[in-house]
Amino acid sequence: MAAGSWGTVVWRDALLVAGKDLRIELRARVTITQVAPLGVLILVVFAFAFNANAVLLAQGAAGLYWVAVMFGAVLVIQRAFDVESDDGNQDALRLSGFHPGSIFLGKAMALAVQLLVLQTVLWVGLVVFFDVGVADWPLLGCAGLAGTSTIAVCGTLYGALAAGVSVRDTLLPLLLLPVLAPALLAGTRAFEAATGVTTDAGWNWTGLLFVMTAVYTVAGLAAFGPLVEDG
Amino acid sequence: MSEELGSTAQGSMTASVATRVLGVVAAAAAALMLVLGLVVSPADVVQGEAVRLLYVHVPAIWVAYGSFGLTSLASALLLWRGRRRSDGGRHYDRLAGSAAECGVVFTAITLVSGSLWGKITWGTYWQWDARLTTTVLLFITYVGYLALRNLPAEPTVRARRAAVMALVSFVNVPIVHFSVDWWRTLHQPASLRIGRRPEITGEMYWTLLYSTLAVSVVAAWLMIHRYRVIRLEELRDEAGLAVALEQRRGEVVG
Repeated sequence: MAAGSWGTVVWRDALLVAGKDLRIELRARVTITQVAPLGVLILVVFAFAFNANAVLLAQGAAGLYWVAVMFGAVLVIQRAFDVESDDGNQDALRLSGFHPGSIFLGKAMALAVQLLVLQTVLWVGLVVFFDVGVADWPLLGCAGLAGTSTIAVCGTLYGALAAGVSVRDTLLPLLLLPVLAPALLAGTRAFEAATGVTTDAGWNWTGLLFVMTAVYTVAGLAAFGPLVEDG
Repeated sequence: MSEELGSTAQGSMTASVATRVLGVVAAAAAALMLVLGLVVSPADVVQGEAVRLLYVHVPAIWVAYGSFGLTSLASALLLWRGRRRSDGGRHYDRLAGSAAECGVVFTAITLVSGSLWGKITWGTYWQWDARLTTTVLLFITYVGYLALRNLPAEPTVRARRAAVMALVSFVNVPIVHFSVDWWRTLHQPASLRIGRRPEITGEMYWTLLYSTLAVSVVAAWLMIHRYRVIRLEELRDEAGLAVALEQRRGEVVG
């Protein structure tokens, strides 16, 4: 391991892991060609379910947005860990000498980038289909970032828990979605405030998302060692 | 403690003299609870006969919280000290699993009794109230935990993954609680709180306290038996593997 403080090494290795995951994604383009269209499809299907009631859809747009993000995130997370299961990649990663915390942070960062792409596409869908406007841009941006980071760190932790088992496709949503329920609530409330649907304390909900990110980052850094060791 | 809990696991039964006595005590305690709850305790002036459901509802959730706490404690011990133990921490894993199963059962009892109480008092089985939402999320989280425990995987790996999930789930409990609390609440405040004057008095108060004790004894009895059943399942799997290996060797030699 190269010289440098522990923190510097962890971050440098994390960037290497994130770069590897993003290169794989860039070559396969699964997020942009499959997950993002599926997210838009969820928005459209919801419009069918609500009989294309424009008032109802505008009121529920923030919630629909985060539901679509979460279902999309489940697919992205599954893929992020599936690529490690193939051809003994998990063992290779373990033998690389990276600190488990680096692997956790790297995978979370790569997931966050993919989720931001997904969210951008979904936001365009929301504006086009649901005629959503923005009342508070800084709140919208911060809530989007906070929600992304929460889903990314939670998703990385639970993705590792479900990785490598035969029923991971059904197990991951069962484990992850209850944990992300507060993030769904907070993201929805913050977006409702940012889009002017309510006058809720959007910044408080954004704060809750950042607290969740911090809590799950600490939990992930502590727990990823045993998870990676066991493979 | 591990020897005591698993003392009969070498045999084919899960009962011992101590658990038989505990079982009789639990049955008697539950019977007395029924008499106190259905006969001795009066109907409430506001809630009427529906108050009797609280003698099951409140103790069930207390026992569920205690069980999930025990799951977390056992999981922390597994991760911290499991590798130093001769059994690789399997004792802690069994303890965590049996406690979680009890917790899930008693959370289900809480949800069902609460829904029945809600139908009588609020006029609906379900409200998107903070406490109800938190409880159902807690229930689903631990159902997921049990699903993770039942995966076909190497027992030590599965135990460590389950332990990580138990600890992370426990960390999530206050986050879920506060988020839904800020979202909305309709549920009445807790009937009993440490350090506060209770909301109920007289026969109702004592019946509720007694019910909590009785349900705890029943839960302890169930938990010990589940621990031993898990141990027997492990022995069955190990024996099954040994028999299969022996048969395979026999085929090769033959």
